[in-house]
Amino acid sequence: MSILANKSTRLICQGITGKAGAFHSEQCQKYGTNLVGGVTPGRGGTTALGVPVFDTCDEAVKATGANATMIFVPPPFAADAILEAADAGIALIVAITEGIPVLDMARANGYLKAHHSHVRLVGPNCPGVITPGVCKIGIMPGYIHKSGRVGVISRSGTLTYEGVWQLTNLGIGQSTCIGIGGDPITGTDFVAALALFESDPETDAVLLLGEIGGNAEERAAEMKATGRFTKPMAAFIAGQTAPPGKRMGHAGAIISGGSGKASDKIAALEAAGIHVAKSPADMGLTLKAALKS
Amino acid sequence: MGLEHRLGRMVKPADGCSLLRSSASDPFLKGCVLMKIHEYQAKELLKAAGVAVPAGEVANKPEEAAEAFDRLKTPLVVVKAQVHAGGRGKGIAVGPDDDHAAAYDIACGRKQRPEGVAKGVQLVKTKEETRKAAASLLGKKLITYQTGPQGQTISKVLVTVGHEIARELYLGMAVDRALHCPVVMASTEGGVEIEKVAHESPEKIERVPIDVGLGLLEFQGRKLSHALGLKGDTAKKGEKLFKGFVRLFLEKDASLAEINPLIVTGAGDVLALDCKLNFDDNALFRHPDVAILLDAAEEDPAELRAARSGLSYVSLDGNIACLVNGAGLAMSTMDLIKYHGGEPANFLDVGGGASKEQVLEGFRILLSSPNVKAVLVNIFGGIMQCDIIAAALLVAYDEIDFRVPLVVRLEGTNVEAGMKLLKDSGRKIITATGLTDAAQQVVAAAKGQE
Repeated sequence: MSILANKSTRLICQGITGKAGAFHSEQCQKYGTNLVGGVTPGRGGTTALGVPVFDTCDEAVKATGANATMIFVPPPFAADAILEAADAGIALIVAITEGIPVLDMARANGYLKAHHSHVRLVGPNCPGVITPGVCKIGIMPGYIHKSGRVGVISRSGTLTYEGVWQLTNLGIGQSTCIGIGGDPITGTDFVAALALFESDPETDAVLLLGEIGGNAEERAAEMKATGRFTKPMAAFIAGQTAPPGKRMGHAGAIISGGSGKASDKIAALEAAGIHVAKSPADMGLTLKAALKS
Repeated sequence: MGLEHRLGRMVKPADGCSLLRSSASDPFLKGCVLMKIHEYQAKELLKAAGVAVPAGEVANKPEEAAEAFDRLKTPLVVVKAQVHAGGRGKGIAVGPDDDHAAAYDIACGRKQRPEGVAKGVQLVKTKEETRKAAASLLGKKLITYQTGPQGQTISKVLVTVGHEIARELYLGMAVDRALHCPVVMASTEGGVEIEKVAHESPEKIERVPIDVGLGLLEFQGRKLSHALGLKGDTAKKGEKLFKGFVRLFLEKDASLAEINPLIVTGAGDVLALDCKLNFDDNALFRHPDVAILLDAAEEDPAELRAARSGLSYVSLDGNIACLVNGAGLAMSTMDLIKYHGGEPANFLDVGGGASKEQVLEGFRILLSSPNVKAVLVNIFGGIMQCDIIAAALLVAYDEIDFRVPLVVRLEGTNVEAGMKLLKDSGRKIITATGLTDAAQQVVAAAKGQE
């Protein structure tokens, strides 16, 4: 969807001089994303991947007109990097970093809401955002995507690739794929992403990939049930076999004392008229069925 | 009230005593080790933060417990087993020759408790009773409704002053994902399972959202006092306690904090009688004092070992092990196996790298469980190329005695090259095409081993 990643995206990478930052920035460049610079405090004045590196986001924006950033900064400093980007006037912040302390994100979200409410933060702990064929901001493999009219929203990484690959192989292309991330507190949740897709003329339907923990999926179901999201929707919820009390990889994937269970999410989604895949092998087919109904 | 508004008890809350193992050599564990601490450690942290707790001492031996009784100089003493599990009050301490299954039935309330059976929490009045109570617990296994029949070893007991309880209240704090901030929860229904209260009478839980930068505001403290029916001096004591409680949570990056019960004594004091504290392991790097409280003995050894290699591992009850890249895909793979009639033995996420060393260590951890009858490797190689992953799998396969069938499903860049490498390797590796095929093959392979 052109609201997020599009032809006008001018991307910088915070952490471009690190191994992951460098590798993925180059992959994005190869995909066709317009990479205009990078930020690593202390490395300003150097060059990476043919673009200038700056000490601060402020300098980077002033010199390059950057309007988006991809963050590969280590966890202890990542929340601060998010706020620095917002302060510099960057409208889209995609935080890839996994392992940011939850309370840091609570603080960051509060700061963004108070001082930069127009900024869209995606993540952290996410694969990023991609508009197939146009612009990639993240770590997802570009080749599995196909341009089309189905939106994909997911808390996961490789499970998203699985779902996207199934859609592509069925000839169903994607308008935009948004990885919202696996942490308990994220910049963009299902509700916010669905609102974006609802008002996107290039998206006809949405595939939602959720997992145990929290109640984001239930709130998404409520959007459909109350008519705030009107397009066909299919979903898959990972972790039906997860035991309570254990953290399954993602910081946000915990069933805590009865809440956050997959069965509750599935029930809420189905009650709202959303088609839920029973097996992860059927995510694409379930979306196809949703398109028909 | 939405699901998010329930504060539930984790299956294994932190209470009980522990071996204070200095993990100084390994203080910053990555991965899925949920950072829980014991009751006595939680109380020490509370006390340091200005939260009133009953006086008490930890004992490793019955004699130490007896000496603690002398020092406490109080008519009523409580001896509490220190294990990472709830339900200690109804729990039963058993020796190696005792009937664990019967004890579990008693702990769950399905069978009558016979006379003379040692409970996890015992009230005593003399030095000798204290010594006897400690002896009945130390070295034994405590079986509660949460531990299952295998129970947990009691290495320490907490010998603490018994207070006259006028009222039992509840105080908790956790991060609310919808509000994007921590929330304090208070209820007059203390001493019972808060989840039940949340379900049956949610109006009895007062919720106060906390601004992480500002902490607990004065008027919020008064709001909590009012909700809990505290007045006068007791209210002031309560407000001091709430402030310290919130400060502790924010300063130490806790993820979950529960004081249940929070008591008001006959004299009008407000004390934390029991406390559970869990911590955000993403933040442990900046809390070495909390990180060293980790009790390795309370954690699943395989999960601990995995965390040390940067792997995420959770053991389950089934017999089909899986190794996957990505948490969402790993959970889905467990679901997939179940969907096709199998039982997953674990969750194992090798993360984005899937290096040879990690795959090797992953295999070792999976195969260390005797229950495993078959292994499924499910890797979606995006940036990682499938032929490189296949090569890593083969090296790992050769280094390990792979005594059970191995099914591999690869997808992604260079998948044909990767699958060819596996097929032409001459090893007994079953290659699968697609998720459904992979699940069906591994379930059949596991059945074939029974």
